[in-house]
Amino acid sequence: MYALLISLKSEFYKSRKTLAFWASILLPIVICSMVTAGFYFESKKIIAQNFPSEALWMMYSGSILGVMGTLILPFYVIFTAFSVNNIEHKNDTWKSLFAMPLNKFSIYTAKYLYAVLLIFICLMLFGIVNLACGHLLHFLNNGFKFNEFSPVTILSKLYTKLFLCSLGILSVQFIISLIWSDFLKPMGIGFIGLIIGLITASKHWAYAYLIPYSHPVLVLSEKKEAATMPIFTQEVYTSLIYAAVLFLTGYFIVLKKSVK
Amino acid sequence: MSNLAIRTCGLTYHFGNQKVVDNLSLEVEKGSIYGFLGPNGAGKTTTIKILLNLLKSPSDTVFIFGKEINANRIASLKRMGSLVEQPAIYAHLTGKENLVNRCILLGISKSKVAEMLKLVGLTDAASKKAGKYSLGMKQRLGIALALLSDAELLLLDEPTNGLDPNGIIEIRNLLSDLANNYQKTILVSSHLLNEIEKIATHVGILNKGKLLFQGTVSELQTFNTPIVEIITDKTEEVARFLTTKGYEVINPGISPIQLPYQSTEETGKINTLLIQNGFTVYSIHFVKKDLERLFLDITKTN
Repeated sequence: MYALLISLKSEFYKSRKTLAFWASILLPIVICSMVTAGFYFESKKIIAQNFPSEALWMMYSGSILGVMGTLILPFYVIFTAFSVNNIEHKNDTWKSLFAMPLNKFSIYTAKYLYAVLLIFICLMLFGIVNLACGHLLHFLNNGFKFNEFSPVTILSKLYTKLFLCSLGILSVQFIISLIWSDFLKPMGIGFIGLIIGLITASKHWAYAYLIPYSHPVLVLSEKKEAATMPIFTQEVYTSLIYAAVLFLTGYFIVLKKSVK
Repeated sequence: MSNLAIRTCGLTYHFGNQKVVDNLSLEVEKGSIYGFLGPNGAGKTTTIKILLNLLKSPSDTVFIFGKEINANRIASLKRMGSLVEQPAIYAHLTGKENLVNRCILLGISKSKVAEMLKLVGLTDAASKKAGKYSLGMKQRLGIALALLSDAELLLLDEPTNGLDPNGIIEIRNLLSDLANNYQKTILVSSHLLNEIEKIATHVGILNKGKLLFQGTVSELQTFNTPIVEIITDKTEEVARFLTTKGYEVINPGISPIQLPYQSTEETGKINTLLIQNGFTVYSIHFVKKDLERLFLDITKTN
């Protein structure tokens, strides 16, 4: 456990100045700010339609979730998996990392957990900034009536589901980025996977849930009712199974990996 | 109890079908500076990676302080510091941050960072990004990273690579100091015989994965007798003439003519003899054998 903690601490220390780390903080702020600015400048039109507060929240959050969930989140997950491994490939530091008196499981798990942590921080910030910006809109223009409904439950459920669904993609991409050091393979495979996921999920193919890249789209296409929406649905279970199996597969790859 | 820091028993390693280490039996005594010599591609770096368990060795072939490496990986690595090939440093971090990161991984106090930076002469460049370091500075940082854990056994793969003459002397003195005053065992690889001769107590010579020689530096000297090289206007005639005068010509008919070196006085006598007999001597000087020639001699003897 101590080896895992110091490995995790080292992952944070060496990546705190990289784009992958800052992207987890900046992405929610930038995307939510842009959508909020759009709502603010179009406030007259939106207020004129006199949406009830719940529908207004859904419209506003949907604009953020639509952009983020279907496109930016999968790309961010692909980039995070690439970045966490590439820091070692690029600097040729696998040899020094595996020459440390630490067990290989801790080194590998710390890398994986750090990627999970970055995605968690990113989605948690998305949830917080989404809520905060909604209330900011109401503060700037009280015609919006964002104060009449609390979207905390539905947003918490949606972002939790998106987080769990991203773990399947992360695990696939993590193995690809662990094996190959170049940028094109993980990005290319991720891009193709993403297109397949988008098509199969949007066409409601019965087996789309078996493709990890389709999971965020499947989550966002569900009926969004705070009280009835379950967290653990078919695509979430599938994503977690993929994550568990591929995490262990990655560990066996690390065990067999020769540092040439 | 064994006095060996490193012992390999008939170690063989393949990359695919290519045998890169062939039946290697290294014996590195505690407290020694072991010069691990060989040309590029001899298998030195592969051997060092096997000693660090970066490449998996067959069981019961590699022992570090008497313990089998595969069964005692973490315990063995705790006692080792290493520099393998190009220094493994994070280019986006400063020199100081690279050392702090290593302290985190080793679970040791960060107070050693300043001491290490001073030791390798990087105090002024501590806040500069390591990616902007020159090759020599990177090498120094790599050495500082290897020394940080205060390990008993240091494995240094060509540590003077890229250093200027002053830097080479400083590192040489540092290694001697570590072995003599801090009882460290150091295995240092190089392809330069004269560099190793100046610091090593023991030498192992590797070629094409095979250990050609292993022993003390004085034992190596029996193979490494210097030679006298003569360049004249009449190579073949001079070679014949010297043979008739009782000298052993190593390479008859080839310029420069080579004779075993005996003494400075004897070299002077040869020069005088040639001039008195009407030969023009363009150059006469003594040279030590290069590694390639030494390999040939050792192989012949073996």
